[in-house]
Amino acid sequence: MNAIEICGATKVFNRGRSNEVNALAEINLTVEPGEFITLIGPSGCGKSTLLRLIGSLIAPSSGQVQVHGKAAEQARLDRDYGMAFQTAGLFDWRTVAKNIELPLELMGWSRTKRRARSAEMLELVKLAEFAKHHPRELSGGMQQRVAIARALAFSPVLLLMDEPFGALDEMTREHMQVELLRIWEQTDTTVVFVTHSIPEAVFLSTRVVVMSARPGAIAANIAVDLDDRGVALRDDPAFFKKVTEVRTALREAEA
Amino acid sequence: MPSEDPLVRDQRSTQQATSEARRDALARMVRKTVTFVVFLALLAGLYTGYKAFGQAIDDAQQDWAVVGSVLPRTDNLNMPPLSEIFGQFGETPGGQDQIYIKILFDEALFTLREAAVGFVVGLIIGMAIALVLAQWRRLEQGLLPYVIASQTIPLIAIAPIIVIWGRKNFDVFPWEWQNWMSVAIIATYLTFFPVAVNGLRGLQAARPENKELMASYAANWGQTLWRLRLPASLPYLFAAFKIAATSSIVGAIVGEISAGVEGGLGRRILREAFNYTTGPDRLFASVLGAAVLGIFVFLVVIGVERLVVGRQGKGAVV
Repeated sequence: MNAIEICGATKVFNRGRSNEVNALAEINLTVEPGEFITLIGPSGCGKSTLLRLIGSLIAPSSGQVQVHGKAAEQARLDRDYGMAFQTAGLFDWRTVAKNIELPLELMGWSRTKRRARSAEMLELVKLAEFAKHHPRELSGGMQQRVAIARALAFSPVLLLMDEPFGALDEMTREHMQVELLRIWEQTDTTVVFVTHSIPEAVFLSTRVVVMSARPGAIAANIAVDLDDRGVALRDDPAFFKKVTEVRTALREAEA
Repeated sequence: MPSEDPLVRDQRSTQQATSEARRDALARMVRKTVTFVVFLALLAGLYTGYKAFGQAIDDAQQDWAVVGSVLPRTDNLNMPPLSEIFGQFGETPGGQDQIYIKILFDEALFTLREAAVGFVVGLIIGMAIALVLAQWRRLEQGLLPYVIASQTIPLIAIAPIIVIWGRKNFDVFPWEWQNWMSVAIIATYLTFFPVAVNGLRGLQAARPENKELMASYAANWGQTLWRLRLPASLPYLFAAFKIAATSSIVGAIVGEISAGVEGGLGRRILREAFNYTTGPDRLFASVLGAAVLGIFVFLVVIGVERLVVGRQGKGAVV
């Protein structure tokens, strides 16, 4: 069964009014389990809208979005999604550990199980000694790692990320990318990742989905089959070749 | 040894910064206390200095138009010396068997009870209004003007009405209705308003990405309220509680005066005002008592805020 199946989904905001926006036109997209796909495209191409359609935070104007064979809405109610946004969006009044435990609380996990899982997740994002800190005491990069730990805490089958590293400096960003890949390999989740950055898209994903704007549409699907995604990959000619390929596709999409 | 890994470097500087923040907090508290004491001393100095100045003019038989017209006269009837005002606390007024400060303290407790009950009831009503208005935006437009208009009715006008209603109509309650409860309702009238207005703003203050997050977890209304919207509204609520707490004291004192309820600071101030010519320092002392009570409840709210909100707002160290 496909992890995500989108058939002819469109999204029109403010339909029938003067400020009507045709955000997405006829999107067809299939994602297989375990894929790491990246949505990339110019501003306003509807990549965040598409991500929110998949996550059922907004409903499509027409067409269908299915996740593991069920409607996206149902998948959300079944808590299949883990989400991370551009801002970490941690709850300031909760400690780091409590932030990670938030979805577990909502799902009715027992206190001991929650504790154990948040400790485990903090270990995973290398923040174990910050369990009792509050978000504002952490740097932006650390907060973002907590947000990712929170998104992964209940082992969602699908991880949706909207430019989660957008606000980070370049060094932290590269570290986070490596961390994310490590976590992805360890957990077997399917990831949909929105980004502006071509190198980020190539470095992270097994497939880059290039989008064009007004109305948002999928312009190209570029498979990325690089094997070793370590630090060395960033200097690899194969890596640069893919970056160029994505860049060319983007340019064509904009033309 | 400098680390090459920015994540580890991050962590080290965060730990360091946290301990520095704690030291800073202590220094801030000391600084605040010193400032407060210095300010009090300045006020006392100003009072005494002005009084001495006026006295000197009097003695020299000079006429300064401002003193005694725009500014108060400086004789002991208009401005009792500080020593006598504070000395009054230790005196035993005629017909009493307790020293004045003990009497004031007991009456402050009486007023505090009215104010506290008024505060709590006002808090509940205010939060209920905020919740309802936050839930139905259309109601907000329709109802909010009335909530605001309610505050334009002078307290002195409604106080007697509430007391009369209390005596005659409030026998539905399982307990016997007492006059101080009517005063508590008068205090409620002042306290529900800031809570309702700020609570409404606070309940709408949750960040959009946090709301989306809760939606992605399929959190229900109650979960979202309890885990996101209420905590996010706390800074707004505590700002309201500070206003409401001091207003509750004002409401209780004014309520006592206009309702003629015995036993509290309001009644005390009214009585000392009647007897002003024979003991002006007692009026000053009782007003000071009321001021201290107001400051006390304000500090209590700040203390509770520290406990509840704790570190989240402060200590943004990185």
